[in-house]
Amino acid sequence: MSNMSVGRVDENKGSATIGKAVKIVGQIFSKEDLYVDGDVEGTVEALEHRLIIGPHGTVHATVKAREVVAQGTVQGNVEATEKIEIRKDAKLVGDIRTARIIIEDGAYFKGSIDIVKPEPAKGGSKPQQSAPAPVAAAAPNNKP
Amino acid sequence: MPLPGPLKNMFRGSKGGEPPKGPVAPSGRQPFPKRHSGEEVTSTRTSRGLEEFFNHIRDQSGLTILDLGGATQQNVSFITNLGHRLYSEDFLQILSETFGPEDTVDQANPGRIEYFLRQALDYPEGQFDGVLVWDVLEYLEPALLNAVVDRLQKIVRPKSYMLSFFHSDDKLDAVPFYTFRIQETNTLHVAERGLHRPVQLFNNRSLEKLFSRFGSVKFFLTKERLREVIIKV
Repeated sequence: MSNMSVGRVDENKGSATIGKAVKIVGQIFSKEDLYVDGDVEGTVEALEHRLIIGPHGTVHATVKAREVVAQGTVQGNVEATEKIEIRKDAKLVGDIRTARIIIEDGAYFKGSIDIVKPEPAKGGSKPQQSAPAPVAAAAPNNKP
Repeated sequence: MPLPGPLKNMFRGSKGGEPPKGPVAPSGRQPFPKRHSGEEVTSTRTSRGLEEFFNHIRDQSGLTILDLGGATQQNVSFITNLGHRLYSEDFLQILSETFGPEDTVDQANPGRIEYFLRQALDYPEGQFDGVLVWDVLEYLEPALLNAVVDRLQKIVRPKSYMLSFFHSDDKLDAVPFYTFRIQETNTLHVAERGLHRPVQLFNNRSLEKLFSRFGSVKFFLTKERLREVIIKV
């Protein structure tokens, strides 16, 4: 097994998981990383965390997260404050707002892409948690 | 069917896939191969048409650009790095899904045409400031082609520009499926996979007729015997 596939298998490690035999209709608010390999309809928010839609995952929802990785099917608008990855064989239909986007060859995407600068931290007393990603899409053919 | 030497590097198509087994179908249509599958031949080309397209949107930002070639990392990066909003449509994928991979349903069927337009080009009037059409119009039968060109005229803002590619050799039997990736404002990275027979081939006169309702049409003939066409709406 290659390093790449090991990395991808372990992507959901430490995350809350919605398994592939599970269907949820409604609102999901997550305060930890979330791995969705089942069906979700409604809204999904993981504002400070990573949302992974697994290869069996089907999400018909408005999605907001810090980072979104699509391996399965997503239908709905997606807002990812840091970045979104649309992996090979993933299907995403909807409008995207994000700071960075990575689209692998073989992914299907229909919709619009808005690259937005992350807002600077307000107040000035709190240190920034992490440097904002540059306003640029990622390098071509990037595969982990 | 292998292409003769000069054709091997010709721009064509925005799709890729397995090389077809056996000759191109007499109907002129091959099933659209799965994108990004199979072996590909790549090359880098200067494109005056692309340069002209970007000249018209240079010094502006926040424009809305439609790319009919499907989403590729390079095109998304290039357009968004210029400060524009990009809409992506995988036109040939939708064409295949609507009319069948082997075009068993007639592209002249008005109901099917309307359905296709809803799937691929359902946008408000004047939505776009530019369209990268690439070569997808060569895949269309006359009735569907006219309907698509009509719709493009509606959804593109007046005085905006579209870039489209057409082969200039009207004796071609088969051309590859291509994926176009923008490298620079005047340079394209082109990936070729498989072959198909173009549904229609165009000369200058037929192109002028096709776009007669538009503001202007400007041709650039490449050494690869391809017409790069800039259409002003």
